[in-house]
Amino acid sequence: MYKILTKRTLGPGIREYVIEAPDIARVGKAGQFIVLRLHEKGERIPLTIVNVDPETGGVTLVIQEVGKSTREMGEQFHEGDSILDFAGPLGEATEIENYGTVVCVGGGVGIAPLYPIVRALKAAGNTVIGIIGYRSRDLMFYEEEFASSCDELIIMTNDGSYGKQGFVSDPLKQILESGRKIDRVWSIGPAIMMKVCADITRPFAVPTIVSLNSVMIDGTGMCGGCRVNVGGVAKFACVDGPEFDGHQVDFDLLMLRQGYYHDEESCSMDAYMAKQAEGVEK
Amino acid sequence: MIHAKQTPMREQPAAERVHNFNEVPLGYSPDEAVQEAERCLQCPHEPCVKGCPVGIDIPKFIEHVKNREFGQAISVIKTDNSLPAVCGRVCPQENQCQGVCTLAGRFEPVAIGRLERFCADWEAENETRYANIEPDTGKRIAVIGAGPAGLTVAGEMRRRGHSVTIFELLHVAGGVLMYGIPEFRLPKHIVQREISALCEMGVEVKVNKVIGRTQTVQDLLDGDYDSVFIGTGAGLPRFLGVPGESLNGVFSANEFLTRTNLMKAYRFPEYDTPIKVGKRVVTVGGGNVAMDSSRTALRLGAKESFIVYRRSEDELPARGEEVHHAKEEGIQFQLLTNPIEFIGENGNLRAIRCIKMELGEPDDSGRRRPVPIEGSEFEIEAETVVIAIGNGPHPLIPQSTPNLDLNRWGSIVADPETGLTSIPGVYAGGDIVTGAATVIEAMGAGKRAAVAMHAFLAEK
Ligand SMILES: Cc1cc2nc3c(=O)[nH]c(=O)nc-3n(C[C@H](O)[C@H](O)[C@H](O)COP(=O)(O)OP(=O)(O)OC[C@H]3O[C@@H](n4cnc5c(N)ncnc54)[C@H](O)[C@@H]3O)c2cc1C
Ligand SMILES: Cc1cc2nc3c(=O)[nH]c(=O)nc-3n(C[C@H](O)[C@H](O)[C@H](O)COP(=O)(O)OP(=O)(O)OC[C@H]3O[C@@H](n4cnc5c(N)ncnc54)[C@H](O)[C@@H]3O)c2cc1C
Ligand code: SF4
Ligand code: SF4
Ligand code: FES
Repeated sequence: MYKILTKRTLGPGIREYVIEAPDIARVGKAGQFIVLRLHEKGERIPLTIVNVDPETGGVTLVIQEVGKSTREMGEQFHEGDSILDFAGPLGEATEIENYGTVVCVGGGVGIAPLYPIVRALKAAGNTVIGIIGYRSRDLMFYEEEFASSCDELIIMTNDGSYGKQGFVSDPLKQILESGRKIDRVWSIGPAIMMKVCADITRPFAVPTIVSLNSVMIDGTGMCGGCRVNVGGVAKFACVDGPEFDGHQVDFDLLMLRQGYYHDEESCSMDAYMAKQAEGVEK
Repeated sequence: MIHAKQTPMREQPAAERVHNFNEVPLGYSPDEAVQEAERCLQCPHEPCVKGCPVGIDIPKFIEHVKNREFGQAISVIKTDNSLPAVCGRVCPQENQCQGVCTLAGRFEPVAIGRLERFCADWEAENETRYANIEPDTGKRIAVIGAGPAGLTVAGEMRRRGHSVTIFELLHVAGGVLMYGIPEFRLPKHIVQREISALCEMGVEVKVNKVIGRTQTVQDLLDGDYDSVFIGTGAGLPRFLGVPGESLNGVFSANEFLTRTNLMKAYRFPEYDTPIKVGKRVVTVGGGNVAMDSSRTALRLGAKESFIVYRRSEDELPARGEEVHHAKEEGIQFQLLTNPIEFIGENGNLRAIRCIKMELGEPDDSGRRRPVPIEGSEFEIEAETVVIAIGNGPHPLIPQSTPNLDLNRWGSIVADPETGLTSIPGVYAGGDIVTGAATVIEAMGAGKRAAVAMHAFLAEK
């Protein structure tokens, strides 16, 4: 059992957890993830490591409620409770070097996994330009964290309720078109956002790293369910990635595969909601 | 006068069992077991014992069954095999103990596996017999991977008085016995019963520990452990490498079976992990894994389930009993056939393009090599395909252990007698060394490694 040390709500349906897992906290690095299972009947869900604290043994996660398991976690699992299974760190760590000037683009909950990468890049001596985007102001989190780690920070909201109005890809394009020398780009967020960013940087030949969230089960290379197509070759996102060269990734295939269990996911959510409603009546 | 035929074992009827995940063969009653035991000739030269990779004293345990001394029978079995309830169910007996039984020439061989299963189940219902544990030696060993190889090493080393910790990356111990072999062939509570018995002996099982990530082999050696055993199996699924393999609806057998067995997707949405099966399901391959996948597909609601295998019936590597059960359940065999392309519609599988094969000259394995017949392409409509053409070595340990010698397939090189690897104090066995093989061979390797590790620790 893995104890929840702290839980914080960052916005509607967005929570930050610190889970006690000392052996993972000792070695986990930016870019890696864990797989957790809430309870005996739970699914194995992959979540990125946002921070580790070897002193307290805490592993920080940020979770957006998108379906049954993430919602159940957000609603039912509180500080002091325990999670049944927690395994990691999985996947390859981000390659951190002093590249020069880098742009780190994050969208939605992708902003959380981007944060440790930004910090590590900064510590390695890079000039870091952050671009983070949210649907609207009430969904914002980690603004201060980014502000203190980035040399420049651009905040976008889709509805213009804070920062500039538009998509994260807009300022990325402007920076590249301005002729400023950019040595590397990270783009982490929904598949469509990563695809658009990769399309923007391609003509400028700026290496662009994306983090792929294909559907996973074991997270250790044993099922092949997470396979993605990179440069025409099938790769397992959980062990070969999750970070890949964005210019080589077949994003359309990724999105098709992400949608395969759509009907079952809705069914699972409905069953959960019905059970909650029943509980309330009792 | 001996009966020519084995005492039959009662089974769930095929029409009924394709709708549930309950075990298919129902086991012997004590009378049936005694009746079967009476067929044994007690051959002085014991061919059956030599046919068993762990050398169970088969005539002796059968004699006890015949005399209704079931407790003594299980004690005899357990001297050499710590997972009898498992082996009695899944060993390919026809190629091992039963294949060389004296009766096998003219009659049906003694049903050794069924008798072994009977004794193990009898023990579970009546009295548990524990192995004697030697006094503590103060030595500590780490076992990586909780499949049959690792579990065997753990039991054997604990019995010799060493302290044993098993590290397993999944959330349960058991390896393929838990995530691969289906409930209807090997009920999971039986596997867990065997693992609980190990825990009661004092073996510590740590799940969710991904060795190579959470800790490395070197960390274990530098830390608390005097010796390490690697039993991480052949968990890397192979794909065909034909066009369309990324379509939705194309599964590796590992994914298909893991969702179903380990994550219990057959009870979705009570359990959270889903699985999707089409009306028509095709499984590619001819081994146990393929039989398990095609039979699982029926139980998950497929209307028709096919096996596509590139050689002929004679070369099917699956256990005879599995092929027999599959046929009874209505699995359709498309033999001498190989898939060449998966055809999709909106990203989902719609059909499989296949080509007919014929058998040519013998290949390295001594079996006749299948060669495609030009112009014989045809399509099978299907929404789901399961690829069960074998697994490669699980790569995490090989990748994260720099001094470990590997062969050209990426398997760990270990001495066949002792299991010793290229790193002093580090032993390996089971599928990670041999490539995908059998439960009992993995256990045999575990037993031999335990003997060698014990000798190594005595000198240390
Ligand atoms: C390497 C990796 C790192 C991730 N990191 C984070 C993170 O830090 N924070 C976060 O909020 N989310 C993260 N995710 C996504 C998270 O795993 C899914 O949101 C979660 O599994 C959804 O479960 P659910 O039951 O709540 O939703 P479901 O109802 O199962 O699904 C809702 C949506 O989530 C996607 N999804 C479902 N199952 C999986 C799965 N096993 N893996 C990936 N996506 C899935 C589906 O395509 C669907 O769009 C990560 C995914 C991967 C692969
Ligand atoms: C579907 C299926 C059906 C089969 N049917 C039969 C049958 O009927 N009869 C028969 O005799 N054989 C059968 N086999 C083969 C048999 O199951 C295997 O030969 C046997 O399980 C091998 O045992 P093992 O201990 O070497 O490895 P495994 O059983 O594969 O166990 C390895 C364990 O190590 C763990 N592991 C891997 N890497 C790490 C790591 N880095 N850190 C921690 N843990 C790790 C894995 O999670 C796994 O639990 C079947 C196999 C499959 C897949
Ligand atoms: S362990 Fe397997 S090979 Fe040995 S006697 Fe039992 S069934 Fe036969
Ligand atoms: S070979 Fe067959 S008949 Fe002879 S002792 Fe063994 S089981 Fe009995
Ligand atoms: S999640 Fe199973 S192989 Fe990647």
